Amino acid sequence: MKYLDEYRQSDGIQKIAAEIHRITTSPWTLMEVCGGQTHAIVRNRLDQLLPKELELVHGPGCPVCVTPLEMLDRAIAVARLPEVIFCSFGDMLRVPGSEHDLLTVKAAGGDIRIVYSPLQAVQIAEQNPTKEIVFFAVGFETTAAANAMAASLAKTKALGNFSMLVSQFLVTPAIESICSAPDSRVQGFLAAGHVCSITGYERYLPLAEKYRIPIVITGFEPLDILEGILMCVDQLEQGACQVQNQYRRAVERVGNRQAQDLIQSVFRISTQHWRGVGSIPQSGLSFNDEFASLDATVKFDINNIKTTERHDCMSGDIMLGHKKPKDCPHFGKECRPEQPLGAPMVSSEGACSAYYRYSQQERSNEHPVPATLKN
Amino acid sequence: MNIQCPLPSRTEQTIKLGHGSGGEMTQHLLTNHIQPFFNNSWISQAYDSATLPWDSDRLVFTTDSFVITPLFFPGGNIGELAVYGTVNDLAMAGAEAKFLSCGLILEEGLPMATLEQVLASMAEAARKTGVELVTGDTKVVERGKGDGIYINTSGVGVLQGNQPINPSRIRSGDLILLSGDIGRHGISVMANRKGLKFESSLTSDCAPLNGAVAKLLRGGVEIHCLRDLTRGGLATALVELAESCNRGLVLEESSIPVSEAVQGACEILGLDPLYVANEGRFVAFIPEKSSRLATSILRNTEVGSSCEIIGHVGSEGHAQVILRNDLGCDRLLQRLPGEQLPRIC
Repeated sequence: MKYLDEYRQSDGIQKIAAEIHRITTSPWTLMEVCGGQTHAIVRNRLDQLLPKELELVHGPGCPVCVTPLEMLDRAIAVARLPEVIFCSFGDMLRVPGSEHDLLTVKAAGGDIRIVYSPLQAVQIAEQNPTKEIVFFAVGFETTAAANAMAASLAKTKALGNFSMLVSQFLVTPAIESICSAPDSRVQGFLAAGHVCSITGYERYLPLAEKYRIPIVITGFEPLDILEGILMCVDQLEQGACQVQNQYRRAVERVGNRQAQDLIQSVFRISTQHWRGVGSIPQSGLSFNDEFASLDATVKFDINNIKTTERHDCMSGDIMLGHKKPKDCPHFGKECRPEQPLGAPMVSSEGACSAYYRYSQQERSNEHPVPATLKN
Repeated sequence: MNIQCPLPSRTEQTIKLGHGSGGEMTQHLLTNHIQPFFNNSWISQAYDSATLPWDSDRLVFTTDSFVITPLFFPGGNIGELAVYGTVNDLAMAGAEAKFLSCGLILEEGLPMATLEQVLASMAEAARKTGVELVTGDTKVVERGKGDGIYINTSGVGVLQGNQPINPSRIRSGDLILLSGDIGRHGISVMANRKGLKFESSLTSDCAPLNGAVAKLLRGGVEIHCLRDLTRGGLATALVELAESCNRGLVLEESSIPVSEAVQGACEILGLDPLYVANEGRFVAFIPEKSSRLATSILRNTEVGSSCEIIGHVGSEGHAQVILRNDLGCDRLLQRLPGEQLPRIC
């Protein structure tokens, strides 16, 4: 498959892995920021190709994992209303709120629909004028552009029955929060390529300089990730701290101006609560005054729903790179994908879920398949 | 004065609650809309059960229910699915399907034309697989309490080979043969259900497997175990089998055929083709000595033309499935925890 196969070829990947081994002389701790990268690392077991001196820790870049508990409880409260058709991306449905998840509401008769694009929710609003359509607008800058487009379209069409429950996050403030933490172990970042395709990477330049830390904008295929690691380690070994762009085929320095303008026309930057992490100033998006009428929290008067996180899930420590999923006493026992205690066990991009599904096995080299029988 | 008869007309265009009453309308439905599709000496007796000729102690019996939205999808429909599904379950036990029952649960308001289209497909599927549909039942539920049609089919068949075919016969060193590329059914149904448009015209793999299994057995292939890959996909089926036989299974990722259309759709939706449903694919566990013969026979069948050896059975006591990728790295496969949900980004 064009644009994918060439980044999954074993030969190229092995060459880069060998180069990483060759240049690594010291132990280093790198953080891959995005859940999609975490997923690719554990799915392809790229960790098995790395020298033991390198440690990868998983960042807070999974929108499912960081959406606050109270936002889920608000979503559940709205989705229960008989007049509401609640539209959401698929992987939000299984995330546990305080008591239930959205799938439970669906089973109890709530009209909850999985959509693949926020524009589908706008279409549903047009088709169902007697119903209230609420779209759960979750994600980072990657989804913010499409969500802004949906809001803009609904306003243009004067759809009074469409609103959005917004839980939008900005990546750079979270990275800064990790960098500035006194106990941070992270020495280099693989920044999320998809986010940077929207934002560009100029905003990372002052971060790299201020915290003397290398940041490599990295893609999501095995070759991308290993190349990003190689570039990051190379900088660390040489004492450099630059922003480099590994994901050149998708990311430009200035990003996608059109998408940025669209986001700015609908949202304003605000303080955002990150599940398991806490509040980070200037790290979220809320509707600006012009689009305030689309805010579902106001429309359905659910701002008063405030809930606190259970303390038996250490998702914050995991998402900040302080701990690995296997350090959690509940991992694989009380907390499993089919019965998650916290969000990182729900999303396929959550570090705990990825670890649970793709690791822990023993190698087996018995009875190898005879080469003559293959293909 | 114009008096109107409250009884529904005898030429109904849709299913009414009265069709499930057990009375006149039910009889009319059976006689005029259902039985004509399955005319044989058993069903024409219209008894609640069929008395079947049987002189064997090698009876195999199975049942399966079919609920699917949409009823008609690219490459098939609920009718042929209901026949092939049960015929395939029997085939996976090494049995030739002989007789099926058909339980219909119809929703009030279902167009009669839709019902007849489904029944025609069932009849054609039964003819294709050489099975007789000999008894059945029909119920009608209120509008809104069913998805148009639910179908249950039970089937009986006769064991073909001299050896049983089940997970307890899997041995270390057996090779795992996959009959063809995976994920077509799940992706095509999902795309159809959600109105997703992909450039390629992807169709379900919905197909009968009994012919291919019969050819393998007649060709003298020693088969230890067979499993068709339905809900939960290849990965879930293999995890179940690993646990059943208490052995490790090792798969070579590069050997598992996935069409570019399915791969592309899975990339877009954030799904893993290993967990996507199939309706016309199976795995066979065979000793190494039979593998060449098995692949050559299977490649000459319609459902097995793209079959591949995808892995082998490891040692006893490690009931897990390991997927080895091109990089030589291993990944543990687990059961699908719930429904696969598309990712945000």
